[in-house]
Amino acid sequence: MAARATGETLRDVAPVVAVVAVFQLLVIREPFPELGKTLVGLVAVVAGLTLFVQGLRLALFPLGDGMATSFARKGSVPWLLAFAFALGFGTTVAEPALIGVADEAARARDLSGADGLRGGDYAVALRYTVAVSVGTAIAVGVIRIVRGWPIHRIIIGGYAIALALTPLAPDDAVGIAYDAGGVTTSTITVPLVAALGIGLSRSIRGRSPMLDGFGLIALASLSPILFVLVFGMVVG
Amino acid sequence: MSLLATSLTQGLAETVRAVVPIGVILAVFQFAVLRRRVPHGRRVAAGAVMVVAGLALFIVGLEAALFPIGRTMAEQLTSPEFLAGPGAVAADISWWQYYWVFLFAAAISLATTLAEPALIAVGLEAEDVSGGTVRAWPLRVTIAIGVGVSVALSMWRIVVGAPLFAFLLVGYTVVAVLTMLAPRSIVPLAYDSGGVTTSTVTVPIVTALGLGLASTVPGRSELEDGFGVIALAVMFPMIAVMGYARLSVALGRRSRRQR
Repeated sequence: MAARATGETLRDVAPVVAVVAVFQLLVIREPFPELGKTLVGLVAVVAGLTLFVQGLRLALFPLGDGMATSFARKGSVPWLLAFAFALGFGTTVAEPALIGVADEAARARDLSGADGLRGGDYAVALRYTVAVSVGTAIAVGVIRIVRGWPIHRIIIGGYAIALALTPLAPDDAVGIAYDAGGVTTSTITVPLVAALGIGLSRSIRGRSPMLDGFGLIALASLSPILFVLVFGMVVG
Repeated sequence: MSLLATSLTQGLAETVRAVVPIGVILAVFQFAVLRRRVPHGRRVAAGAVMVVAGLALFIVGLEAALFPIGRTMAEQLTSPEFLAGPGAVAADISWWQYYWVFLFAAAISLATTLAEPALIAVGLEAEDVSGGTVRAWPLRVTIAIGVGVSVALSMWRIVVGAPLFAFLLVGYTVVAVLTMLAPRSIVPLAYDSGGVTTSTVTVPIVTALGLGLASTVPGRSELEDGFGVIALAVMFPMIAVMGYARLSVALGRRSRRQR
Protein backbone atom coordinates (compact mmCIF):
# COMPACT_ATOMS: atom_id res chain seq x y z
CA MET A 1 0.00 0.00 0.00
CA ALA A 2 2.81 2.41 0.84
CA ALA A 3 4.58 1.62 -2.44
CA ARG A 4 1.43 2.25 -4.44
CA ALA A 5 0.74 5.50 -2.58
CA THR A 6 4.28 6.73 -3.24
CA GLY A 7 3.88 5.80 -6.91
CA GLU A 8 0.72 7.92 -7.15
CA THR A 9 2.47 10.85 -5.48
CA LEU A 10 5.38 10.57 -7.92
CA ARG A 11 2.87 10.77 -10.77
CA ASP A 12 1.32 13.88 -9.14
CA VAL A 13 4.64 15.67 -8.72
CA ALA A 14 6.42 14.56 -11.93
CA PRO A 15 4.77 17.18 -14.21
CA VAL A 16 6.07 20.08 -12.06
CA VAL A 17 9.60 18.66 -12.14
CA ALA A 18 9.40 18.12 -15.91
CA VAL A 19 8.13 21.65 -16.66
CA VAL A 20 10.73 23.32 -14.44
CA ALA A 21 13.57 21.19 -15.86
CA VAL A 22 12.58 21.74 -19.51
CA PHE A 23 12.25 25.50 -19.15
CA GLN A 24 15.36 25.92 -17.02
CA LEU A 25 17.68 23.76 -19.17
CA LEU A 26 16.26 24.25 -22.70
CA VAL A 27 14.58 27.67 -22.72
CA ILE A 28 16.47 29.77 -20.19
CA ARG A 29 19.55 27.53 -20.77
CA GLU A 30 21.02 27.73 -17.34
CA PRO A 31 22.01 24.96 -14.93
CA PHE A 32 20.03 24.40 -11.73
CA PRO A 33 21.19 26.63 -8.89
CA GLU A 34 21.70 24.56 -5.70
CA LEU A 35 20.82 21.22 -7.25
CA GLY A 36 21.40 19.36 -3.97
CA LYS A 37 18.93 21.50 -2.05
CA THR A 38 16.36 21.10 -4.81
CA LEU A 39 16.65 17.31 -4.71
CA VAL A 40 16.32 17.16 -0.92
CA GLY A 41 13.28 19.42 -1.21
CA LEU A 42 11.71 17.14 -3.80
CA VAL A 43 12.12 14.12 -1.55
CA ALA A 44 10.35 16.09 1.20
CA VAL A 45 7.54 17.07 -1.21
CA VAL A 46 6.91 13.46 -2.26
CA ALA A 47 7.12 12.08 1.29
CA GLY A 48 4.91 14.87 2.67
CA LEU A 49 2.22 14.51 0.02
CA THR A 50 2.14 10.71 0.46
CA LEU A 51 1.71 11.09 4.23
CA PHE A 52 -0.97 13.76 3.76
CA VAL A 53 -3.08 11.63 1.41
CA GLN A 54 -2.87 8.61 3.75
CA GLY A 55 -3.86 10.86 6.67
CA LEU A 56 -6.84 12.18 4.69
CA ARG A 57 -8.23 8.67 4.34
CA LEU A 58 -7.59 7.82 7.99
CA ALA A 59 -8.64 11.07 9.65
CA LEU A 60 -10.21 13.97 7.76
CA PHE A 61 -12.70 12.03 5.59
CA PRO A 62 -14.07 9.80 8.38
CA LEU A 63 -14.11 12.72 10.84
CA GLY A 64 -16.11 15.07 8.57
CA ASP A 65 -18.38 12.27 7.48
CA GLY A 66 -18.91 10.97 11.04
CA MET A 67 -19.76 14.39 12.47
CA ALA A 68 -22.23 15.00 9.64
CA THR A 69 -23.94 11.70 10.39
CA SER A 70 -24.08 12.41 14.14
CA PHE A 71 -25.59 15.87 13.56
CA ALA A 72 -28.18 14.40 11.21
CA ARG A 73 -29.07 11.77 13.82
CA LYS A 74 -29.25 14.39 16.58
CA GLY A 75 -31.67 16.27 14.33
CA SER A 76 -30.85 19.75 15.66
CA VAL A 77 -30.58 22.17 12.76
CA PRO A 78 -29.45 25.17 14.91
CA TRP A 79 -26.47 23.22 16.28
CA LEU A 80 -25.63 21.99 12.80
CA LEU A 81 -25.67 25.57 11.50
CA ALA A 82 -23.57 26.77 14.45
CA PHE A 83 -21.04 24.05 13.64
CA ALA A 84 -21.04 24.96 9.93
CA PHE A 85 -20.51 28.65 10.67
CA ALA A 86 -17.79 27.96 13.25
CA LEU A 87 -15.95 25.66 10.85
CA GLY A 88 -15.99 28.23 8.03
CA PHE A 89 -15.17 31.19 10.28
CA GLY A 90 -12.51 29.41 12.36
CA THR A 91 -10.59 27.97 9.46
CA THR A 92 -10.54 31.26 7.57
CA VAL A 93 -9.74 33.84 10.24
CA ALA A 94 -6.34 32.22 10.95
CA GLU A 95 -5.56 31.37 7.32
CA PRO A 96 -1.96 32.56 6.61
CA ALA A 97 -2.70 33.35 2.94
CA LEU A 98 -5.60 35.61 3.96
CA ILE A 99 -3.49 37.43 6.57
CA GLY A 100 -0.95 38.10 3.80
CA VAL A 101 -3.56 39.44 1.38
CA ALA A 102 -5.18 41.64 4.06
CA ASP A 103 -1.86 43.19 5.14
CA GLU A 104 -0.90 43.81 1.51
CA ALA A 105 -4.26 45.47 0.84
CA ALA A 106 -3.93 47.69 3.93
CA ARG A 107 -0.45 48.81 2.86
CA ALA A 108 -1.64 49.69 -0.66
CA ARG A 109 -4.54 51.62 0.82
CA ASP A 110 -2.34 53.66 3.15
CA LEU A 111 -0.09 54.54 0.21
CA SER A 112 -3.05 55.71 -1.85
CA GLY A 113 -4.10 58.03 0.99
CA ALA A 114 -7.74 56.89 1.09
CA ASP A 115 -10.12 58.12 3.80
CA GLY A 116 -11.78 55.94 6.41
CA LEU A 117 -10.23 52.89 8.05
CA ARG A 118 -6.44 52.73 7.82
CA GLY A 119 -3.56 50.33 8.33
CA GLY A 120 -3.97 47.54 10.84
CA ASP A 121 -7.63 48.33 11.53
CA TYR A 122 -8.43 47.92 7.84
CA ALA A 123 -6.53 44.62 7.63
CA VAL A 124 -8.33 43.20 10.69
CA ALA A 125 -11.76 44.40 9.48
CA LEU A 126 -11.11 42.84 6.08
CA ARG A 127 -10.03 39.53 7.61
CA TYR A 128 -13.12 39.32 9.81
CA THR A 129 -15.35 40.25 6.86
CA VAL A 130 -13.91 37.37 4.82
CA ALA A 131 -14.09 34.94 7.77
CA VAL A 132 -17.77 35.85 8.43
CA SER A 133 -18.47 35.43 4.72
CA VAL A 134 -17.01 31.91 4.65
CA GLY A 135 -18.88 30.94 7.84
CA THR A 136 -22.11 32.24 6.32
CA ALA A 137 -21.38 30.38 3.08
CA ILE A 138 -20.93 27.01 4.81
CA ALA A 139 -24.07 27.59 6.91
CA VAL A 140 -26.13 28.55 3.84
CA GLY A 141 -24.69 25.54 2.02
CA VAL A 142 -25.80 23.26 4.87
CA ILE A 143 -29.34 24.73 4.77
CA ARG A 144 -29.29 24.07 1.04
CA ILE A 145 -28.40 20.41 1.60
CA VAL A 146 -31.08 20.01 4.30
CA ARG A 147 -33.72 21.66 2.12
CA GLY A 148 -32.52 20.23 -1.21
CA TRP A 149 -32.25 23.59 -3.02
CA PRO A 150 -30.52 23.29 -6.41
CA ILE A 151 -26.97 24.69 -6.24
CA HIS A 152 -26.88 26.21 -9.73
CA ARG A 153 -29.47 28.89 -8.95
CA ILE A 154 -27.50 30.07 -5.91
CA ILE A 155 -24.13 30.05 -7.68
CA ILE A 156 -25.24 31.67 -10.94
CA GLY A 157 -27.45 34.16 -9.09
CA GLY A 158 -24.54 34.94 -6.76
CA TYR A 159 -22.06 35.57 -9.54
CA ALA A 160 -24.65 37.71 -11.36
CA ILE A 161 -24.96 39.87 -8.22
CA ALA A 162 -21.15 39.99 -7.89
CA LEU A 163 -20.79 41.16 -11.49
CA ALA A 164 -23.52 43.76 -10.98
CA LEU A 165 -21.83 45.09 -7.81
CA THR A 166 -18.34 45.18 -9.37
CA PRO A 167 -18.69 48.51 -11.27
CA LEU A 168 -20.17 50.11 -8.12
CA ALA A 169 -17.37 49.10 -5.72
CA PRO A 170 -14.06 50.98 -5.39
CA ASP A 171 -11.24 49.58 -7.57
CA ASP A 172 -8.98 48.39 -4.76
CA ALA A 173 -11.85 46.43 -3.18
CA VAL A 174 -12.61 44.71 -6.51
CA GLY A 175 -9.07 43.33 -6.72
CA ILE A 176 -9.09 42.02 -3.16
CA ALA A 177 -12.62 40.64 -3.50
CA TYR A 178 -11.91 38.37 -6.46
CA ASP A 179 -8.60 37.21 -5.00
CA ALA A 180 -10.13 36.51 -1.57
CA GLY A 181 -12.56 34.07 -3.16
CA GLY A 182 -9.72 31.82 -4.24
CA VAL A 183 -7.54 32.23 -1.18
CA THR A 184 -10.02 31.12 1.47
CA THR A 185 -10.34 27.44 0.60
CA SER A 186 -7.23 25.97 2.20
CA THR A 187 -5.74 22.51 2.06
CA ILE A 188 -7.17 21.25 5.35
CA THR A 189 -10.54 22.99 5.10
CA VAL A 190 -11.39 21.54 1.68
CA PRO A 191 -11.34 17.81 2.55
CA LEU A 192 -13.16 18.43 5.83
CA VAL A 193 -15.89 20.58 4.29
CA ALA A 194 -16.30 18.22 1.33
CA ALA A 195 -16.67 15.27 3.71
CA LEU A 196 -19.22 17.23 5.78
CA GLY A 197 -21.40 17.93 2.73
CA ILE A 198 -21.19 14.40 1.43
CA GLY A 199 -21.87 12.90 4.87
CA LEU A 200 -24.94 15.11 5.34
CA SER A 201 -26.38 14.33 1.93
CA ARG A 202 -25.88 10.62 2.61
CA SER A 203 -27.67 10.67 5.94
CA ILE A 204 -30.66 12.85 4.97
CA ARG A 205 -33.33 10.93 3.12
CA GLY A 206 -34.00 12.05 -0.45
CA ARG A 207 -30.61 13.72 -0.95
CA SER A 208 -28.02 12.45 -3.39
CA PRO A 209 -24.30 12.87 -2.55
CA MET A 210 -23.44 13.82 -6.15
CA LEU A 211 -26.22 16.43 -6.53
CA ASP A 212 -26.38 17.77 -2.97
CA GLY A 213 -23.08 16.78 -1.32
CA PHE A 214 -20.84 18.93 -3.46
CA GLY A 215 -21.23 22.71 -3.62
CA LEU A 216 -20.03 23.89 -0.19
CA ILE A 217 -16.58 24.83 -1.53
CA ALA A 218 -18.15 26.68 -4.45
CA LEU A 219 -20.21 28.75 -1.99
CA ALA A 220 -17.10 29.41 0.13
CA SER A 221 -15.33 30.81 -2.95
CA LEU A 222 -18.30 32.94 -4.03
CA SER A 223 -19.43 34.59 -0.82
CA PRO A 224 -16.12 36.40 0.01
CA ILE A 225 -16.44 38.19 -3.35
CA LEU A 226 -19.90 39.51 -2.42
CA PHE A 227 -18.97 40.39 1.17
CA VAL A 228 -15.73 42.20 0.25
CA LEU A 229 -17.41 44.19 -2.56
CA VAL A 230 -20.05 45.40 -0.09
CA PHE A 231 -17.33 45.98 2.55
CA GLY A 232 -15.49 48.15 0.01
CA MET A 233 -18.61 50.20 -0.71
CA VAL A 234 -19.31 50.72 3.00
CA VAL A 235 -15.75 51.50 4.11
CA GLY A 236 -15.19 53.63 1.00
CA MET B 1 21.36 19.85 7.13
CA SER B 2 20.80 21.93 10.27
CA LEU B 3 19.25 24.57 7.99
CA LEU B 4 16.76 21.98 6.80
CA ALA B 5 15.97 20.98 10.38
CA THR B 6 15.30 24.63 11.29
CA SER B 7 12.98 25.16 8.33
CA LEU B 8 11.25 21.88 9.11
CA THR B 9 10.55 23.02 12.67
CA GLN B 10 9.29 26.34 11.32
CA GLY B 11 7.07 24.63 8.75
CA LEU B 12 5.67 22.35 11.43
CA ALA B 13 4.98 25.31 13.74
CA GLU B 14 3.16 27.16 10.94
CA THR B 15 1.03 24.16 10.01
CA VAL B 16 0.16 23.48 13.65
CA ARG B 17 -0.86 27.13 14.10
CA ALA B 18 -3.18 26.89 11.08
CA VAL B 19 -4.64 23.60 12.31
CA VAL B 20 -5.25 24.49 15.98
CA PRO B 21 -8.49 26.51 15.41
CA ILE B 22 -9.94 23.68 13.32
CA GLY B 23 -8.98 21.14 15.97
CA VAL B 24 -10.57 23.21 18.75
CA ILE B 25 -13.85 23.63 16.82
CA LEU B 26 -14.03 19.94 15.97
CA ALA B 27 -13.29 18.94 19.58
CA VAL B 28 -15.84 21.35 21.09
CA PHE B 29 -18.65 20.17 18.85
CA GLN B 30 -17.71 16.50 19.05
CA PHE B 31 -17.46 16.33 22.83
CA ALA B 32 -19.64 19.20 24.14
CA VAL B 33 -22.48 19.23 21.60
CA LEU B 34 -22.63 15.76 20.10
CA ARG B 35 -21.24 14.15 23.29
CA ARG B 36 -19.95 11.17 21.42
CA ARG B 37 -16.61 9.48 21.28
CA VAL B 38 -14.90 9.48 17.92
CA PRO B 39 -15.26 6.02 16.37
CA HIS B 40 -11.84 4.44 15.76
CA GLY B 41 -10.34 7.31 17.80
CA ARG B 42 -6.77 6.03 17.68
CA ARG B 43 -6.77 5.59 13.94
CA VAL B 44 -8.22 9.07 13.43
CA ALA B 45 -5.62 10.57 15.77
CA ALA B 46 -2.82 8.83 13.89
CA GLY B 47 -4.30 10.08 10.61
CA ALA B 48 -4.49 13.64 11.95
CA VAL B 49 -0.80 13.53 12.89
CA MET B 50 -0.02 12.25 9.38
CA VAL B 51 -2.01 15.10 7.80
CA VAL B 52 -0.18 17.78 9.83
CA ALA B 53 3.29 16.24 9.47
CA GLY B 54 2.73 15.51 5.78
CA LEU B 55 1.55 19.04 5.03
CA ALA B 56 4.49 20.56 6.94
CA LEU B 57 6.98 18.36 5.09
CA PHE B 58 5.29 19.17 1.78
CA ILE B 59 5.45 22.95 2.36
CA VAL B 60 9.08 22.84 3.54
CA GLY B 61 9.95 20.81 0.44
CA LEU B 62 8.21 23.34 -1.81
CA GLU B 63 10.11 26.20 -0.15
CA ALA B 64 13.39 24.40 -0.78
CA ALA B 65 12.80 22.91 -4.22
CA LEU B 66 10.13 24.76 -6.15
CA PHE B 67 9.42 28.30 -4.98
CA PRO B 68 12.92 29.87 -5.28
CA ILE B 69 13.56 28.48 -8.76
CA GLY B 70 9.98 29.22 -9.84
CA ARG B 71 10.34 32.86 -8.81
CA THR B 72 13.73 33.20 -10.52
CA MET B 73 12.34 31.66 -13.70
CA ALA B 74 9.35 34.01 -13.66
CA GLU B 75 11.73 36.99 -13.36
CA GLN B 76 14.04 35.74 -16.11
CA LEU B 77 11.28 34.86 -18.56
CA THR B 78 9.58 38.24 -18.19
CA SER B 79 12.76 40.36 -18.53
CA PRO B 80 13.00 42.43 -21.77
CA GLU B 81 16.50 41.02 -22.52
CA PHE B 82 15.16 37.48 -22.59
CA LEU B 83 12.08 38.36 -24.61
CA ALA B 84 13.64 40.41 -27.40
CA GLY B 85 17.41 40.03 -27.10
CA PRO B 86 20.09 42.13 -25.39
CA GLY B 87 19.52 45.87 -25.22
CA ALA B 88 15.78 45.59 -25.87
CA VAL B 89 13.41 48.15 -24.38
CA ALA B 90 10.16 46.88 -22.91
CA ALA B 91 8.07 49.46 -24.81
CA ASP B 92 9.16 48.03 -28.20
CA ILE B 93 8.08 44.44 -27.48
CA SER B 94 4.80 43.41 -29.11
CA TRP B 95 2.44 41.06 -27.32
CA TRP B 96 3.28 37.91 -29.30
CA GLN B 97 6.94 38.10 -28.29
CA TYR B 98 5.85 37.06 -24.82
CA TYR B 99 5.10 33.57 -26.16
CA TRP B 100 7.54 31.84 -23.77
CA VAL B 101 5.76 33.53 -20.86
CA PHE B 102 2.36 32.27 -22.07
CA LEU B 103 3.71 28.76 -22.62
CA PHE B 104 5.47 28.65 -19.25
CA ALA B 105 2.38 30.05 -17.49
CA ALA B 106 0.15 27.38 -19.03
CA ALA B 107 2.57 24.50 -18.40
CA ILE B 108 3.60 25.36 -14.83
CA SER B 109 0.08 26.10 -13.59
CA LEU B 110 -1.22 22.90 -15.19
CA ALA B 111 1.54 20.97 -13.43
CA THR B 112 1.15 22.62 -10.02
CA THR B 113 -2.62 22.01 -10.12
CA LEU B 114 -1.97 18.27 -10.49
CA ALA B 115 0.18 18.40 -7.34
CA GLU B 116 -2.40 20.40 -5.33
CA PRO B 117 -3.28 18.37 -2.18
CA ALA B 118 -6.80 19.82 -1.80
CA LEU B 119 -7.63 18.79 -5.36
CA ILE B 120 -6.28 15.28 -4.73
CA ALA B 121 -8.73 15.09 -1.81
CA VAL B 122 -11.71 16.24 -3.87
CA GLY B 123 -10.75 13.81 -6.66
CA LEU B 124 -10.79 10.91 -4.19
CA GLU B 125 -14.18 12.01 -2.81
CA ALA B 126 -15.67 12.37 -6.29
CA GLU B 127 -14.48 8.91 -7.35
CA ASP B 128 -15.90 7.42 -4.16
CA VAL B 129 -19.26 9.23 -4.26
CA SER B 130 -19.92 8.64 -7.97
CA GLY B 131 -19.21 4.94 -7.56
CA GLY B 132 -16.34 5.21 -10.06
CA THR B 133 -18.30 6.97 -12.85
CA VAL B 134 -16.15 10.03 -12.26
CA ARG B 135 -12.52 8.95 -12.08
CA ALA B 136 -10.09 11.03 -10.02
CA TRP B 137 -7.16 11.35 -12.43
CA PRO B 138 -9.10 12.40 -15.59
CA LEU B 139 -11.10 14.85 -13.44
CA ARG B 140 -7.89 16.40 -12.12
CA VAL B 141 -6.31 16.55 -15.58
CA THR B 142 -9.43 18.32 -16.93
CA ILE B 143 -9.33 20.84 -14.08
CA ALA B 144 -5.57 21.34 -14.56
CA ILE B 145 -6.06 22.09 -18.26
CA GLY B 146 -8.69 24.67 -17.27
CA VAL B 147 -6.27 26.33 -14.85
CA GLY B 148 -3.43 26.23 -17.42
CA VAL B 149 -5.55 27.96 -20.07
CA SER B 150 -6.80 30.53 -17.57
CA VAL B 151 -3.34 31.52 -16.33
CA ALA B 152 -1.94 31.85 -19.88
CA LEU B 153 -4.97 33.99 -20.74
CA SER B 154 -4.37 36.12 -17.63
CA MET B 155 -0.77 36.73 -18.71
CA TRP B 156 -2.02 37.83 -22.13
CA ARG B 157 -4.57 40.07 -20.40
CA ILE B 158 -1.82 41.75 -18.38
CA VAL B 159 0.37 42.24 -21.48
CA VAL B 160 -2.34 43.85 -23.62
CA GLY B 161 -4.07 45.54 -20.67
CA ALA B 162 -7.55 44.09 -21.33
CA PRO B 163 -10.11 44.67 -18.55
CA LEU B 164 -10.70 41.77 -16.14
CA PHE B 165 -14.41 42.58 -15.96
CA ALA B 166 -14.97 41.65 -19.62
CA PHE B 167 -13.40 38.22 -19.06
CA LEU B 168 -15.53 37.61 -15.97
CA LEU B 169 -18.73 38.67 -17.75
CA VAL B 170 -18.15 36.44 -20.78
CA GLY B 171 -16.81 33.57 -18.64
CA TYR B 172 -19.72 33.42 -16.21
CA THR B 173 -22.17 33.66 -19.11
CA VAL B 174 -20.48 30.55 -20.52
CA VAL B 175 -20.73 28.92 -17.05
CA ALA B 176 -24.48 29.66 -16.98
CA VAL B 177 -25.04 28.24 -20.47
CA LEU B 178 -22.96 25.11 -19.77
CA THR B 179 -24.90 24.57 -16.54
CA MET B 180 -28.02 24.05 -18.64
CA LEU B 181 -26.28 21.79 -21.18
CA ALA B 182 -24.08 19.61 -18.94
CA PRO B 183 -25.33 16.43 -17.21
CA ARG B 184 -27.07 17.54 -14.02
CA SER B 185 -25.04 15.33 -11.69
CA ILE B 186 -21.68 16.85 -12.66
CA VAL B 187 -22.68 20.51 -12.03
CA PRO B 188 -22.09 20.74 -8.23
CA LEU B 189 -18.71 19.00 -8.54
CA ALA B 190 -17.76 21.34 -11.41
CA TYR B 191 -18.57 24.39 -9.26
CA ASP B 192 -16.49 23.02 -6.39
CA SER B 193 -13.52 22.35 -8.64
CA GLY B 194 -13.12 26.10 -9.15
CA GLY B 195 -12.39 26.85 -5.51
CA VAL B 196 -10.02 23.99 -4.76
CA THR B 197 -7.50 24.60 -7.51
CA THR B 198 -5.98 27.82 -6.23
CA SER B 199 -4.10 26.68 -3.19
CA THR B 200 -0.73 25.86 -1.65
CA VAL B 201 1.33 25.09 -4.76
CA THR B 202 -0.25 27.14 -7.53
CA VAL B 203 -0.82 30.54 -5.92
CA PRO B 204 2.81 31.49 -5.08
CA ILE B 205 4.14 30.57 -8.55
CA VAL B 206 1.30 32.23 -10.44
CA THR B 207 1.51 35.36 -8.29
CA ALA B 208 5.25 35.63 -9.03
CA LEU B 209 4.51 35.41 -12.76
CA GLY B 210 1.77 38.04 -12.59
CA LEU B 211 3.90 40.46 -10.56
CA GLY B 212 6.95 39.91 -12.79
CA LEU B 213 4.92 40.65 -15.88
CA ALA B 214 3.14 43.67 -14.40
CA SER B 215 6.50 45.20 -13.49
CA THR B 216 8.00 44.56 -16.98
CA VAL B 217 5.20 45.72 -19.27
CA PRO B 218 5.15 49.53 -19.47
CA GLY B 219 2.01 51.19 -18.14
CA ARG B 220 1.01 48.30 -15.84
CA SER B 221 0.95 48.58 -12.08
CA GLU B 222 1.58 45.58 -9.87
CA LEU B 223 -1.32 46.55 -7.67
CA GLU B 224 -3.97 47.10 -10.31
CA ASP B 225 -3.09 44.61 -13.03
CA GLY B 226 -1.49 41.80 -11.04
CA PHE B 227 -4.80 40.80 -9.46
CA GLY B 228 -7.52 38.86 -11.20
CA VAL B 229 -5.29 35.91 -12.10
CA ILE B 230 -6.87 33.89 -9.29
CA ALA B 231 -10.38 35.04 -10.28
CA LEU B 232 -9.96 33.49 -13.74
CA ALA B 233 -8.28 30.38 -12.28
CA VAL B 234 -11.45 29.83 -10.21
CA MET B 235 -13.74 30.29 -13.22
CA PHE B 236 -12.06 28.17 -15.90
CA PRO B 237 -12.13 24.76 -14.14
CA MET B 238 -15.94 25.07 -13.93
CA ILE B 239 -16.05 25.57 -17.71
CA ALA B 240 -13.55 22.75 -18.31
CA VAL B 241 -15.35 20.15 -16.16
CA MET B 242 -18.86 20.91 -17.48
CA GLY B 243 -17.56 21.18 -21.04
CA TYR B 244 -15.75 17.84 -20.79
CA ALA B 245 -18.84 16.15 -19.32
CA ARG B 246 -21.08 17.58 -22.06
CA LEU B 247 -18.59 16.47 -24.71
CA SER B 248 -18.31 12.92 -23.41
CA VAL B 249 -22.12 12.60 -23.35
CA ALA B 250 -22.25 13.78 -26.96
CA LEU B 251 -19.45 11.43 -28.06
CA GLY B 252 -21.03 8.51 -26.20
CA ARG B 253 -24.34 9.11 -28.00
CA ARG B 254 -22.66 9.25 -31.39
CA SER B 255 -20.69 6.04 -30.88
CA ARG B 256 -23.88 4.26 -29.77
CA ARG B 257 -25.68 5.44 -32.88
CA GLN B 258 -22.87 4.17 -35.12
CA ARG B 259 -23.09 0.76 -33.56
